[in-house]
Amino acid sequence: MTFNTSSLPQIGRRGFLAGASAIGAGLLLGAGTARAATPKTGGHFRIGIGDFKTTDTLDTTSNDTKFYNISQFILRNNLVEVAPDGELIPELATSWESSADATTWVFKLRQGVTFHSGKTFGPEDVIFTLNKHVAADSTSAIKPFLKSIVSVTATAPDEVTIVLADGNVGLPAILTVPAAAMLAEGTTDPLDGNGTGPYKLERWQAGIGASFSKNPSYWKEGRGHFDSVELIAIADPSARTAALVGGKIDAYNQVDLKTVNLLKRNAGIQILSQASKAHYVFPMNMTLAPFNNPDVVAAMKYAINRQDLVDRILNGYGTVGNDQPISSAYRYYNADLPQREYDPEKAKSLLAKAGMSGLKVELNVSDVPFSGATDAAVLFKSHAEAAGITIDVKRVPDDGYWDNVWIKSPLCASRWSGRPTEDIMIGGVYTKSAVQAGWNETSMQDDQLDQLVLLARKELDETKRRQMYFDMQQIIHERGSANIFAFANFTDAASSKIAFDTIGNDWDLDGFRAAERWWFA
Amino acid sequence: MTVLTRTILTRIAASIIMLVLISVFIFFAVDMLPGDVARAILGSSATTEALAALRTKLGLDEPAVWRFAHWAWGVLHGDFGTSITTQEPVTTIISFRLGNTLWLAALAAAISIPLALALGIGSALWEGSAFDRIASIVTLGAISMPEFFVAYSLVALFALNWQIFPPISTVTTDSTFLDRLDALILPAITLAFAVVAHMMRMIRAAILDVLGSPFMVMAELKGMPLRRRILRHALPNAAAPIINVIVLNLAYLIVGVVVVEVIFVYPGLGQLLIDSVAQRDLPLVQAGSLIFAAIYLTLNTVADVLAIAFNPRLRFPR
Repeated sequence: MTFNTSSLPQIGRRGFLAGASAIGAGLLLGAGTARAATPKTGGHFRIGIGDFKTTDTLDTTSNDTKFYNISQFILRNNLVEVAPDGELIPELATSWESSADATTWVFKLRQGVTFHSGKTFGPEDVIFTLNKHVAADSTSAIKPFLKSIVSVTATAPDEVTIVLADGNVGLPAILTVPAAAMLAEGTTDPLDGNGTGPYKLERWQAGIGASFSKNPSYWKEGRGHFDSVELIAIADPSARTAALVGGKIDAYNQVDLKTVNLLKRNAGIQILSQASKAHYVFPMNMTLAPFNNPDVVAAMKYAINRQDLVDRILNGYGTVGNDQPISSAYRYYNADLPQREYDPEKAKSLLAKAGMSGLKVELNVSDVPFSGATDAAVLFKSHAEAAGITIDVKRVPDDGYWDNVWIKSPLCASRWSGRPTEDIMIGGVYTKSAVQAGWNETSMQDDQLDQLVLLARKELDETKRRQMYFDMQQIIHERGSANIFAFANFTDAASSKIAFDTIGNDWDLDGFRAAERWWFA
Repeated sequence: MTVLTRTILTRIAASIIMLVLISVFIFFAVDMLPGDVARAILGSSATTEALAALRTKLGLDEPAVWRFAHWAWGVLHGDFGTSITTQEPVTTIISFRLGNTLWLAALAAAISIPLALALGIGSALWEGSAFDRIASIVTLGAISMPEFFVAYSLVALFALNWQIFPPISTVTTDSTFLDRLDALILPAITLAFAVVAHMMRMIRAAILDVLGSPFMVMAELKGMPLRRRILRHALPNAAAPIINVIVLNLAYLIVGVVVVEVIFVYPGLGQLLIDSVAQRDLPLVQAGSLIFAAIYLTLNTVADVLAIAFNPRLRFPR
């Protein structure tokens, strides 16, 4: 497989916009979607962030919040970037290619890039960054995807060769996530913001905010337009809205969907909603009764009204799920699978067949997995009543939800924010190795699925690969026990003074890159 | 040794014992909560392997008693430790937050205490008058409204409808005095809504109580002017309960304002404490609660000492 690009695509130009495929064509709602062809520079850009912790640091191996993730893309670059249309494009690597079995990868590195500290970016930084993730005592979230790395070596002054134990076509995609941002060799201080990115760190106060100033010698053409950027941690959704309406911030993510239609009436505000990979699910643990009976699992899947949940929990800002985790935002989305519909009669007959009529199950839920999870559970309960299923909605404490309830109870609520590739989403959650990693919430163990995951990981032929991922989606849809009922859009709000080109849908706020891509009109 | 110094010394000794008990209690209470700091830091997508690695790194595999002893030893040497997650010294993190909390409390007190005194004394002097009744109804109405309602209403009116004040109170270490004043007016007024009624009614009751006592009737019969009767005879006797209620409300303004901090996005100590409990960041939780406990104990001691200082009778125990 080869991917060679001699120069950067002309980011930010109309021509690029035209090339945006259906994958990136999220819907843009709201008034005044200001799109200007030529970005202007200047201004102080303030973003309100709802997802943060007082423990946030810039350590790429031990954090998980959006505050941290967005900061990585403000301060640093990756080897590979996800373009707004979903394609992988060069960032600090100018090109990459792999051996025929996808085990040896050669990345050509961009020359003449310097860190904020003045250090020149080179192979030693790539080696340092990747080794930090795969170290024995590493707490990195991407360690499971990188652990097949055998060696990372500098094979030329502008070249790094990565050797994997098992071939993995998805390696470049893994290197796009914020955690894989390139550090300068020797970075150990978790509060060190040194990077090659568009802005430099000025202030870092975990749980309060952070400010950044323009990197005057930023290497990327046509990016990083603001003079300064500030992230403000705002936990309360009403406070985020008030801050935007009152002009104290210029954009925020995770718009409260209950009030989004009121906010839309404000002419000074634009609502940006993008189809995403994030999905809401009621996972059934198939190793625990009563879900060890496939007929019960099937009955539960027919007893939920997915459209009703999208309309009422997401206020229409999403699409119905089909009991498999791949959405239209992925490259290999299987649109041919028949949509599973709400069919209480069928659910009833399935239960009768299993001798489980009048089924009673307990659904453990809290609003930790997603906002509105408890309401969704109550709606599910009312849908299931028509099928003769009694769902006992049990509100459990927010504290320790992921430790004590998730995976451990037969039925609960969960959410996945999507992964860079189909491989990580399916292989990381629905396989036997995912059971060991503590991520397999349905305890699905299917030999055929496991085998397909491994084969697809090494398959360089696009058509064959596509078919494999289609098959995997079908297997999870038919044999899995994840009641995936909705894909939630990423919904952000911005002042109408803000302008942008095509918006990426890999994460919220333009693929976490609003600070780098947007500008004041 | 005078009664005053003896009171102060016994109070300080009692406070220290209290603080020790509180820190023991809080440490083990937080430790017993389900979930742990490793999960809190790494989030829901962490692997079991990563969680185990982080627990070892943070020393969470040690027994709780040993960790507590380690922490206590540090505190005795003036070291409150470093946040187990950010590795920053706890004192650095807390001092900014504590400063903010005290700032807000001071501004709220500056608004509410003079207001409560004026309303309370006025209502007592003109008992049963229209002023008394209106003041009573208005302040009772204010205390009956929950803080979040008052806060959101003030934001809607004075920050969004008429854009006079900012809707969120972001401050940094660089904020000037005027920046802070501008940012804090709305939260301070919100807090004043909550505390004025309580203080005002207690002040009114205390003064009325004194005004009805025989020595006040005697002073009036002697022909002493009203002004002198109130300032010289009534106030010192009513001082103890008045100081008490003011100090209690001051303590509330410092430790009980989490809701207001969250709504106005104000980086105070209360919010940090809640967040730290959620993160199981024990050094931060411990330091934060010790500060709150110390403030409460100190203010209570101050109230008692002031009461004794104001009222000579209390200096001579029977």
